[in-house]
Amino acid sequence: MTSPTPAPAAKTVRQLLAAKDIVIACGPGGVGKTTTAAALAATSVVEQGGRVLVLTVDPARRLADALGLKGIGNDEVRIPDEVFAAAEARPRGELWAAMLDTKQSWDDLIRRHAPDAETREQILANPLYQNISGRFVQSHDYIAMERLYEIHSEGKYDLIVVDTPPTRNALDFLDAPQRMADFFSSRLLRWLIVPYRSRLVNMASRPFYQVADRILGTQFLADISEFFILFQSMYAGFVERADAVTRLLSDRRTTFMVVSTLEATPVREAEFFSAQLTARKLHLGAVVLNKVLPEYLRDVKTDKLAESIAARAVELGDGLTDDPVVASRVLGEVADSFLNFSIVARREAEQQAELKGAPDVLVTVPFFDADIYDMAGLLRLGALVWE
Amino acid sequence: MSTAPAPDLLDLRLLFVTGKGGVGKTTVAAGLAQLAAEHGKRVLVCEVDAKGDVTSLFEAPPTDFTPREIAPGVWSMSMDTEASLREYLKLQLRIPVVGRIGPLAKAFDFVATAAPGVREILTVGKFCWEVKERHYDLVVVDAPASGHIVGQLAAPQAINDLVKVGLIRNQTDWMLEILSDPRQTGLVAVCTPEEMPVSETLELEKRVREETTVRMSAVVVNRVLPELFGQREEEIFEELRAPETEDVLSERAGGSVAPVLEAARLAVTMRRTRSAHLQRLQAGLPEGMPVLLLPYLFVRSFGVRTTRQVAHALGEELGL
Repeated sequence: MTSPTPAPAAKTVRQLLAAKDIVIACGPGGVGKTTTAAALAATSVVEQGGRVLVLTVDPARRLADALGLKGIGNDEVRIPDEVFAAAEARPRGELWAAMLDTKQSWDDLIRRHAPDAETREQILANPLYQNISGRFVQSHDYIAMERLYEIHSEGKYDLIVVDTPPTRNALDFLDAPQRMADFFSSRLLRWLIVPYRSRLVNMASRPFYQVADRILGTQFLADISEFFILFQSMYAGFVERADAVTRLLSDRRTTFMVVSTLEATPVREAEFFSAQLTARKLHLGAVVLNKVLPEYLRDVKTDKLAESIAARAVELGDGLTDDPVVASRVLGEVADSFLNFSIVARREAEQQAELKGAPDVLVTVPFFDADIYDMAGLLRLGALVWE
Repeated sequence: MSTAPAPDLLDLRLLFVTGKGGVGKTTVAAGLAQLAAEHGKRVLVCEVDAKGDVTSLFEAPPTDFTPREIAPGVWSMSMDTEASLREYLKLQLRIPVVGRIGPLAKAFDFVATAAPGVREILTVGKFCWEVKERHYDLVVVDAPASGHIVGQLAAPQAINDLVKVGLIRNQTDWMLEILSDPRQTGLVAVCTPEEMPVSETLELEKRVREETTVRMSAVVVNRVLPELFGQREEEIFEELRAPETEDVLSERAGGSVAPVLEAARLAVTMRRTRSAHLQRLQAGLPEGMPVLLLPYLFVRSFGVRTTRQVAHALGEELGL
């Protein structure tokens, strides 16, 4: 298969966002992924306009606060213009936000696919279904992508910025649609259902049932197969849907943005993630590095100067203030602190250099003095990422 | 929740170490293992995410499902569901699996996807089994990030509710017994003094208390920045930053001191933001929950040396 002629590569996040429908923010946990996604969505509304949705999986109340909402739910809500006004910004378009509610999304999916009311109610009441939809993580991955597909196909937004779930393996959500499709079209599945539909269990599969029966008990096996028999009516729909979700992820209007910090573990995960995206022929549009220490900490000359200040603190501190003893102590502390942080800053620089497979856009965002807790903060962050 | 006094951390038999990604969960797990080993215990560290991070902190090659000694007194293994299933069938259920486990594992994988909790049971079950068999004095689990740990720890109970009979049901009973015993099992939550990690830790504490039978034993706050100045020092620092003073200083030092002073200001601001979060953490945790502070390590790389540093810092915080 020949790939289409590539569009000219974006140089900035602004250009990238102008050309895409969907931006999927991914990467390790705890690096400011949710905040970065929200900041970009907000900035995009101010700078480019249009209808922009930030779809988050993070139930953090702070994000809702920053967006001026009481809370964010499964349904999309519009961020009032006053929230922008309070940050002295004027939105040219509309900013919307929604938070993924796994259970609710699963229930909606069942309602949509169930062939009739009876099957629907039976599935919703099935204990296994309740467990899958409410408690377990793999289902979270799938439903996040499913919900993205749903929203995208409604065509209400010019841009959707998605904040991906913190997965055990950062790639789980990419595989989730395919896994779901495999799952429902699996021969094993039919095999599992057979004994409960007919008394004929062939010789080959009998040992499996004996083992399964001993481990899980007959009742549980029966629960499982009831669940699948109910689901069978929806297989085709599910498989088709999962395929469509997979296609959407590799569509050229979709791009991925890897968010990380320059700490060792996140960088390694981000690097792995970037490589996997490339291997899957998914579009890695940008890498955003948060909380990067200022560049002056890496300056060799200043480092030497700090060393000399540390050594000559007593002499240097004399006569500068009315308390030479404290002044010298302060200078010593200041110099030591610089030397400490310069070690970390240089480690970071090395990490950054090692980030292979550099994408079109690589953005570093400096350490913020304060936490981001309002729209002004989001826009401040957004502006740094934007150009 | 039991009101009995908490036993010393190192006297537990099974210790889950969790926390939001990127806060240094693995570093703390390795540090705790090292500390316990230094106190003469035989420790098994289990990695659930199998990235080889634990072993690299001891500068040893990655391990697989079979534990290997990677430092004196410290064994390491990484979780592997298929290997665990094989062992489980053989040792627990006394079902000998001859030859390849492939088809069975595939079928199992399938059931596990359909019947959530089954996979988690194998993971948690393996740890409980190591505790039960007393192969080690302490099993330290470098557990999944906080979002997943509750599901994993609640799995035996979930299975118990879902499966009424069968061997797996009998299995969950003894697992629950170990997990619910605060003298045997504990959980350590790791965070940094930053907004999100603190919020998540408070939320985790609540969920662990309400949704699992496991007791949270301690919170470790990693990367605590040193206090640079007292109040008097800070006043003098501000005087030094006055333009004319700074110029004199630059002249004397033989180069612009502006970046050096600016870096100190940044360090002070970071420290201040962080101590507010630390206070919020302490205020939000139940009374009596130990909070152990680990200093920020200004080092080039993490390895056996930093693991020992972390172990000693933890030891000091625990009063050992």
